[in-house]
Amino acid sequence: MKHIKTISLGATALLLAGAQIAAAQTIAITGGKVFPVSGPPIENGTVVISGGKIVAVGANVAIPAGAQRIDATGKWVTPGLVNGNTQLGLSEVGAVQGTNDASPRGKDEIAAAFRVWEGLNTTSALFAPARDEGITSVMVLPQGGLIWGQAAVIKLVPGMISDMLVKGPIAMVAQVGSPQRGGAGARGELIMRLRELFEDTRSFQRNRAAFERAETRNYSASRKDLEAMIPVLEGQLPLIVSTDKSSDIDAALMLAREYGLKIIIGGGSEAWMVADKLAAAHVPVMTGAMNNIPGDFASLGTRQDNLALLRRAGVQVIIIGNSGNGDEETFNVRNIRQEAGNAVSYGMTWDDALRAVTLAPAEIFGFAGRVGSLAAGRDADVVVWSGDPFEFTSRAEHVFVAGREYLEPNRQELLTQRYKTLPPKGQR
Amino acid sequence: MRVLSVLALTTVAACASVKPASTTSPTPATSASRDTTPPASPRGGISSPNADPFPSTYTPWPSRATVIRNVTLLTAAGPTIRNGSILLRDGKIAEVGATVNAPADAIVIDGTGKYVTPGIIDTHSHIGAGGAPGGQGTQTNDVNEATNPVTAHVWIEHSVWPQDAQFPRTLQGGVTTIQVLPGSANLIGGRSAVLKVVPSRTVQGMKFPGAKYGLKMACGENPKRVYASRGPSTRMGNVAGYRTAWIQAEAYRRRWDKWLADKKGDPPGRDLGLETLAEVLRGNILVHNHCYRADEMAQMIDISHEFGYSIRSFHHGVEAYKIADILAKEGISGSLWADWGAFKVEAIDGIKANIALVDKAGARAIVHSDDASGEQRLNQEAAKAMEAGIEAGIPVTEDMAIKWLTINAAWALGLENKIGSLEVGKNADVVLWSADPFSVYSKPEKVWVDGAMLFDRNDPANNWRTDFELGYVPVMGRIN
Repeated sequence: MKHIKTISLGATALLLAGAQIAAAQTIAITGGKVFPVSGPPIENGTVVISGGKIVAVGANVAIPAGAQRIDATGKWVTPGLVNGNTQLGLSEVGAVQGTNDASPRGKDEIAAAFRVWEGLNTTSALFAPARDEGITSVMVLPQGGLIWGQAAVIKLVPGMISDMLVKGPIAMVAQVGSPQRGGAGARGELIMRLRELFEDTRSFQRNRAAFERAETRNYSASRKDLEAMIPVLEGQLPLIVSTDKSSDIDAALMLAREYGLKIIIGGGSEAWMVADKLAAAHVPVMTGAMNNIPGDFASLGTRQDNLALLRRAGVQVIIIGNSGNGDEETFNVRNIRQEAGNAVSYGMTWDDALRAVTLAPAEIFGFAGRVGSLAAGRDADVVVWSGDPFEFTSRAEHVFVAGREYLEPNRQELLTQRYKTLPPKGQR
Repeated sequence: MRVLSVLALTTVAACASVKPASTTSPTPATSASRDTTPPASPRGGISSPNADPFPSTYTPWPSRATVIRNVTLLTAAGPTIRNGSILLRDGKIAEVGATVNAPADAIVIDGTGKYVTPGIIDTHSHIGAGGAPGGQGTQTNDVNEATNPVTAHVWIEHSVWPQDAQFPRTLQGGVTTIQVLPGSANLIGGRSAVLKVVPSRTVQGMKFPGAKYGLKMACGENPKRVYASRGPSTRMGNVAGYRTAWIQAEAYRRRWDKWLADKKGDPPGRDLGLETLAEVLRGNILVHNHCYRADEMAQMIDISHEFGYSIRSFHHGVEAYKIADILAKEGISGSLWADWGAFKVEAIDGIKANIALVDKAGARAIVHSDDASGEQRLNQEAAKAMEAGIEAGIPVTEDMAIKWLTINAAWALGLENKIGSLEVGKNADVVLWSADPFSVYSKPEKVWVDGAMLFDRNDPANNWRTDFELGYVPVMGRIN
């Protein structure tokens, strides 16, 4: 929550003011400890924003005349955080089916053509609480059976999907951890079905004309799904393979080698057990930092220093929320900060943890040209924190998304204000 | 030497006044009686209720006098003591203050830069009953007896698997006492169990001696969803269900109390469910009521008035902040999440300032988990709730927030005179933290239960491993 809002809980006034700092304005954030992520920290650094972009970052930066200055002395300045595994805008109220749009029906558990952002609820009341705690971009992932569909990265700005979309697709999403969910009876059957899909995709690609004349054999997936799989098979579109079990990860690595796929492991509770293989194959892992319960027989090796062990082996990591304690709920996309702090507490370096919630997802999924670091030319997604962003006692005092701050109270703040004095005004 | 005086906890008047004037209590509160005389076996043998058919067999582990010095103590009973000391002896907190008189043979631990708190207490756990590993086919989930809307006859302790690998992880999170509750599928879900988080072959070996039982009740969406086809299928059906059960319970209590007073003729027939409900009406079992919405909590309060029982704690209470003044007046605590919401419609008004607002109104606020992962990091949940309060303009201090994790939860379990604060004479359930427990970087280094050190992060070889973990779960060594 932003400083300005909370100083004057007379939020009605703020509401009336509309209170958006104009996007085109030039802003200089001065005196803070600046973490560009793409380079070393800068004490007493300056970040200049103009036209929604970062125009300069450094210790000795000339501040343009007329720039609005924000004194960040004693503050920490980072890129806006990126949560790499959310259903934000896809699941508003978990138990209400009509507000859940992450899980396609697909055909035989395959929904490769499903583009999850095309049905995204751009008026979600959960964007603002996430943004107010410094999350400026989120990856939105489908959920489903075997091939779940295509993921995107969106920016938490008001507007329609065309305003929010940073990049889509950024990945295809699949799972090999649960035969039940994948419409199979055994783990190996999931691998077999993926192999069948890749071979059908290849055949389809080579025999498209024959397919149009209905002169090919039957394929295991629909035309649209086969089309959508082509960039995956060509190694152009990354494939997120979700599983916890070390042997599943190993199977996925072999499949990736066999077909020349670019894969990323999602979940990966036991990834530390195959860390060397992951490092050798340059395969990144998306996992959480609060997992230590052997929650099922496929994740008995779950341990809380998984991230640290992976980093030590040289594996690229993205910190996500997946410990089952509510941090994967759309309500708590903001808790990626807590995950990062716990990662540090369990052996990861602080710099690595910051990278794992900013630049790492951007580099791995190919949107680092816009998001994830403080460098000239990047989108002005900048957060001024009162202290260490991973600490509970720190708050995001200023959150710029594409150079703009959003100061209207969010739904949760409106409720807080209404009930701060009991009985609330207008009710008994 | 500074010794903290025992904080007098007064029972809120509104709470006491609704208790029936019960003269004969045939079933004294469980093991409290075991310290004196065992309950007399009434004539009639098994046809009469036995207060404590599954008695606690817990005894404290061997301990040595231990002093922690140069440490910051969050006492939950007064202001933070900086650079202070605590002496644990014979299973109790013997001294707390700027300095203590350490016996010559005491283990002395330097706590420079570290913090000591009371053992954390979770009023809402399902571990043991919802065991790990879970998932399809494991048959380890024994939380909800979802076969009837009223299952007052079930006791969650009969579902608890002491070899659940979640127990040692909870202890390693600094949690020393938990209330395991039946689930929320039913209007009345059954009896809770208050457990010490200690290794044991049996659940009896974990039961907190002298702790009262709790009764789990649940409002709102869950029961009406689970029983949609047979009823209740609406919130009004839910309320009719509670009232019907209490009408039966009151008649049962009268029948039994009369027979126990005069012992004339055959004893009335026993009914396990009504026996539990009658004990609630006598004030011997504490009501723990899962309820999200403010308006429903207000209705549950009226039901408690109608039948003369007290609600000890509303659990989850996502909208508790809307009626925090009423909770304060009624003397009902709120067992709450720091930041859960929106997973169902009755949770959409969840706010992060809930706990702080309930505290501000004068009600007892508690951080609970309802989750095996969150339970290990309740200190982090409290830190989030503290900061949310501050951001909402409520001046929450660490001295307030530590109570959300300890003494307030102890009160909800009726154990405020035994645990929940660093005060002389209380059980030596104590956690040594590597840093301020409200920091994300802080971890429990050592955990004592009744003065015995049962977890030491620096000594992984001696850490508790359940039977299940042997050969299944890799030995992790020291996890940072």
